[in-house]
Amino acid sequence: MTLDTIVTGARRIERHRDWPRFAVGADAWQEAAGLLARDELTLLSVWGETDRVHMALLQAESPRVVVLSLECPDHRYPSIGAVHPAAIRLERAMRDLFKLDPVGLRDIRPWLNHGRWTDEPPPAYGFLPVEGEGLHQIPVGPVHAGIIEPGHFRFTADGETIVRLEQRLGYVHKGIDTLLHGATLPHALRIAGRTSGDSTVAYAFGFCRAVEAALNITAPPRGAALRGVMAEMERIANHVGDFGAVCNDAAFSLMMAHCAVLREEVLRCADACFGHRLMMDRIAVGGVNADLDGIGISRIRHLIALLRARLPPLVTLFEETASLQDRTVGAGIVHRDLACRFGAGGYVGRASGRDFDTRRDLAYPPYDGLQFTVPMLPEGDVNARIWIRIREVEQSLSMLEQLLASLPAGVACTPVEDMSSGSGEGIALIEAFRGDVLVWLRINDGRIERCHLRDASWFQWPLLEAAIEGNIVADFPLCNKSFNCSYSGHDL
Amino acid sequence: MFNTLLQGLRKPLTEPKPSDDPELAALGATLDKVARRKLGRSLSIREVDAGSCNGCELEIQALNNAFYDLERYGLRFVASPRHADVLLVTGPVVKNMREALERTWRATPDPKWVVAVGDCAVDGHVFANSYAVTGGVSAVVPVDLVIRGCPPSPTHLLRGLLTLLQK
Repeated sequence: MTLDTIVTGARRIERHRDWPRFAVGADAWQEAAGLLARDELTLLSVWGETDRVHMALLQAESPRVVVLSLECPDHRYPSIGAVHPAAIRLERAMRDLFKLDPVGLRDIRPWLNHGRWTDEPPPAYGFLPVEGEGLHQIPVGPVHAGIIEPGHFRFTADGETIVRLEQRLGYVHKGIDTLLHGATLPHALRIAGRTSGDSTVAYAFGFCRAVEAALNITAPPRGAALRGVMAEMERIANHVGDFGAVCNDAAFSLMMAHCAVLREEVLRCADACFGHRLMMDRIAVGGVNADLDGIGISRIRHLIALLRARLPPLVTLFEETASLQDRTVGAGIVHRDLACRFGAGGYVGRASGRDFDTRRDLAYPPYDGLQFTVPMLPEGDVNARIWIRIREVEQSLSMLEQLLASLPAGVACTPVEDMSSGSGEGIALIEAFRGDVLVWLRINDGRIERCHLRDASWFQWPLLEAAIEGNIVADFPLCNKSFNCSYSGHDL
Repeated sequence: MFNTLLQGLRKPLTEPKPSDDPELAALGATLDKVARRKLGRSLSIREVDAGSCNGCELEIQALNNAFYDLERYGLRFVASPRHADVLLVTGPVVKNMREALERTWRATPDPKWVVAVGDCAVDGHVFANSYAVTGGVSAVVPVDLVIRGCPPSPTHLLRGLLTLLQK
């Protein structure tokens, strides 16, 4: 059984672009789940509608994406999570939001629904039982000590050593799926761009590419190139900030001080060039709404030169500080098989030897015209996740140079005629700094009928639970920061 | 490492103090005038994310970088509400965070002030009217000052916070 045999004979849904969607029966659905369980395919997402469920699959060799859809008028469908753990949290969330029951899933505790959306008193949440002599539990959150997002971590420790971490997320659930339902495209774009503020460019990029796929629009070359400029500036700002912040959690605050200055330089450059420090609402359906003039180009060139001059000494400092290496090397290891099974993207996957980057493997403009390499390391520890970030910043700087050197002339945005009347279905995958973001949507008469946004964090959070096992409690902030998963992007 | 340390000392990066804005000064008047006398130039801030997209958190964190260097104004972030004078609340206050925010507020000793940061914290912004959102900080705890923006820039945040220290 392969993906080809599953889709052969299945009905292909019209007006679903750029990757195909097939309507399948329960048997084919379960066979696909079986392929996931045997690691022959990678799960990109599972999402629901009123009486239908979808799964997006990635075939790693000769990369392609396929969406399978199963009608479930009785609101029940065969669980993927029952055989493939990467789907468990997505299915629990679907059950909360769409009342779709995953048949066969053992863990059916609510996930995003904390019982606080009605006036009824919230039910108690049952954490997984832990057995063993002399174990103690440490509950942390939802309000954390730093200026960070809320979430709950339940540690079970044997002395200093963590024997289990259980996460409880959903504290920043805003109801994005419902807010998007019926929204006009410009309004939906503003919401999508606020799914996870640190990836606002990536989400707007992904949302617009999905809309453009659905309505069969192509952004002009200049618009595509400028999207790339913004996306890489966002990546650099986040990676440089993380580099400092991870070191800070290993009690090396000097690095944080320097990296925070570099991050600020990137944000100021973004503000000067595009009119917003985080470049929020700058990508539009059909292109971008903030063009770059000659002064802007020289500003970004100056930023590239600045980072090229000031980052290497910090990297050398990182390499040569034994006390720092002592904390990062060998801490919080994610094994390759687990990274592959969960389809972990971004630096979490690539630091554990999962060789995948949508910019290269499912290339979209402007990346199909750029020269770059995808850094990879096998170790899977905190150290490797730092190094992937450093190497990716170097690649991003090179990409920025290439984009500026051959910035196409012409308009930055193409006018979209059927913005308020078009219909269709679109899917897009975009490489955010954290990993691949998936956007799937259906537009009906210019309004969003259903839009699903899947952050890279969905497949990274569970790996943090695995990575922390056997580490000491005091190393948790360090490991956590090296993942830097999004709460908001996950909680929706 | 020594050279890197020295480099940071040679060239200060801090910004000049942002100028007074009459509009913001007027907002500051809504705060208790005793604040300055009771607290002097020492104000401890506890940040609470009540459902933000994390954009506001990024800009609040930026206040600690060497350009803005918040602590030179006598303002600092603390890890516990029990050490705080000010709660800096972001996000539309989602229902899943309502109790956590209320408990954080109750754990903060009097006198205390609440600053709602970002457009979401004011009225829910793009997340208003969701089944999962209460609709702004003032729907849950009393708000003394509002700093708008999506997200507000560090300079804007700094101006807002300084009004807390001006009589």
